[in-house]
Amino acid sequence: MSAETVATRTQVALDRHIPMGVARDTVAIVQRNLIAYRRVPQLLVFSTIQPVIFVVMFRYVFGGAIQASLPPSVPYVDYLMPGIFLQTVVFGAIATAIGLATDVKSGLMERFHALPMARSAVLSGRTLADTVRNVFVVALMMTVGFLVGWRIHTDVLGLLAGAGLVLLFGFSMSWIFATVGLAVGDPETAQAASFPVLAPLVFASSAFVPVETMPTWLQGFAAHQPVSVTASAVRALTLGGPAAADVLASIAWSIGLIAVFGTIAVRLYRRAV
Amino acid sequence: MSEPAILVEALSKRFGDLAALDGIDLQVEEGTIFGLLGPNGAGKTTAVRVLATILAPDGGRAEVLGRDVVREPAAVRRRIGLAGQYAAVDPNLTGRENLRMVGVLGQLPRAAIAPRAAELLERFSLSDAADRPLRTYSGGMRRRLDIAASLVPKPPVLFLDEPTTGLDLTSRNELWDMIRELVDEGTTVLLTTQYLEEADQLAERVAVIDGGLVIANDTPERLKADLGDTVVEMDFADEALAGRALALLEGDGLGSVEHEHRTVRVSSNRGAHVLVDVLRRFDGDGVEPDTLSVREPSLDDVFMALTGHKAVSDEIDEGEAR
Repeated sequence: MSAETVATRTQVALDRHIPMGVARDTVAIVQRNLIAYRRVPQLLVFSTIQPVIFVVMFRYVFGGAIQASLPPSVPYVDYLMPGIFLQTVVFGAIATAIGLATDVKSGLMERFHALPMARSAVLSGRTLADTVRNVFVVALMMTVGFLVGWRIHTDVLGLLAGAGLVLLFGFSMSWIFATVGLAVGDPETAQAASFPVLAPLVFASSAFVPVETMPTWLQGFAAHQPVSVTASAVRALTLGGPAAADVLASIAWSIGLIAVFGTIAVRLYRRAV
Repeated sequence: MSEPAILVEALSKRFGDLAALDGIDLQVEEGTIFGLLGPNGAGKTTAVRVLATILAPDGGRAEVLGRDVVREPAAVRRRIGLAGQYAAVDPNLTGRENLRMVGVLGQLPRAAIAPRAAELLERFSLSDAADRPLRTYSGGMRRRLDIAASLVPKPPVLFLDEPTTGLDLTSRNELWDMIRELVDEGTTVLLTTQYLEEADQLAERVAVIDGGLVIANDTPERLKADLGDTVVEMDFADEALAGRALALLEGDGLGSVEHEHRTVRVSSNRGAHVLVDVLRRFDGDGVEPDTLSVREPSLDDVFMALTGHKAVSDEIDEGEAR
């Protein structure tokens, strides 16, 4: 056998095509990120303790005062819980920023870059793993909600549709924070850089209080920004009333954010080593 | 002659004002170990990053097994393994999980992944720790796993960026043996190092790199022949005494003699005999060094001989200059 034949055979083996390569690579990265949540439960515990504290604080401390600005037919706890779900997924998305920044710093990103894997898998594997985590965390927060008196005024379908909207929105947040994490490339900085991004989104919104109680200059932003729009949609789905417009607006926001920040994040990833 | 496994021509890469690579040429023959020797900030890591398709070069070209790193990066990635300076492994996964992940991402057929992971764990003496999370590993174990990970897809070309930095002597020697075994099996290895001894022990050819330029490219034997194999270094109480010593040592037969402040250095290729000669010349003249050491030539000596300056850089951290 000539040396050339050997070389050709080797090259064919090296360039073999693996079917479903993108899906296979993405699943490998999702698994890897979920293992971290299982092995380092602190990651999960801290991302659930905070929203539980918020539930208790707003339900029992501020709730009485805020109830006055709501129609009497809407108990504050029923208004609050959709906001809590959104706060949970927005704060939870910091984990996406920290996770990616850690991979940049540790050199793992460099290893991924030098492997013949799907380029998209590192980022989508991260954001999908964080979405799986959100399923768990949102289910937990719903349980907490039921324990403090949250009630669904519609039906199970409304509840599931609302949960779907929250998860889609959480996925779009993961892409924003993926961008933050890749841009700063250091876990501590990623954490610090995330708060200024998420604070206005969560607090200048209808998540905890009706927008009408805010100064007029803030109302324009607060009423239309994606957290408020999604909170309104989830409320309509769980409290009853016309939901279509808010649901569509929320989906449009989420898809738009994924498109914009997905593009930026992929660009940053290509040069983030 | 066959195609070289790695071909680099006039390769350049800038980070702002800093020319990390200022037009380097290299050729690495298939199935050999090539050493890239230089101080911190010389451009070694940048060269490896360009060859591993992580960084795009600004000029020149580079090929791995005939595939261009810029035009065919995917084909290059299927042919290379990379172990960088940091142990690039997931601390939350076990050793086995790390290797399996790299197996999937390295596009190994599903059935081949588990046996390959087990084989490498065995080979790198990590079988006992295989199912523990990496957080519990020592630095040397992590480094071994990192190198094992780079080998999972059986790459024909392997880049090792300062593989033994921070390892103790035993781990270092084990790693050297493993690298030699890989090359016996046909792998081509490009390794960067700050240690002349490492390049000498492993590499068939060595390129000395400084300030983004290749300043020497030869076999380790010939690089050392220029230097001699033994260095006798002496410190004296003051410069006057060092001057007297220098006068006694200069002349025929001893090798090259250098003098710097209170230090006198004799480089020779006559092994330990040179020490006897040195002491004989001092005898009777009342010249006595405060300290005396006999050692092999170091990277510093190579640099001193090649460039006239020490291998101490301004500590340009290439990691920061990304």
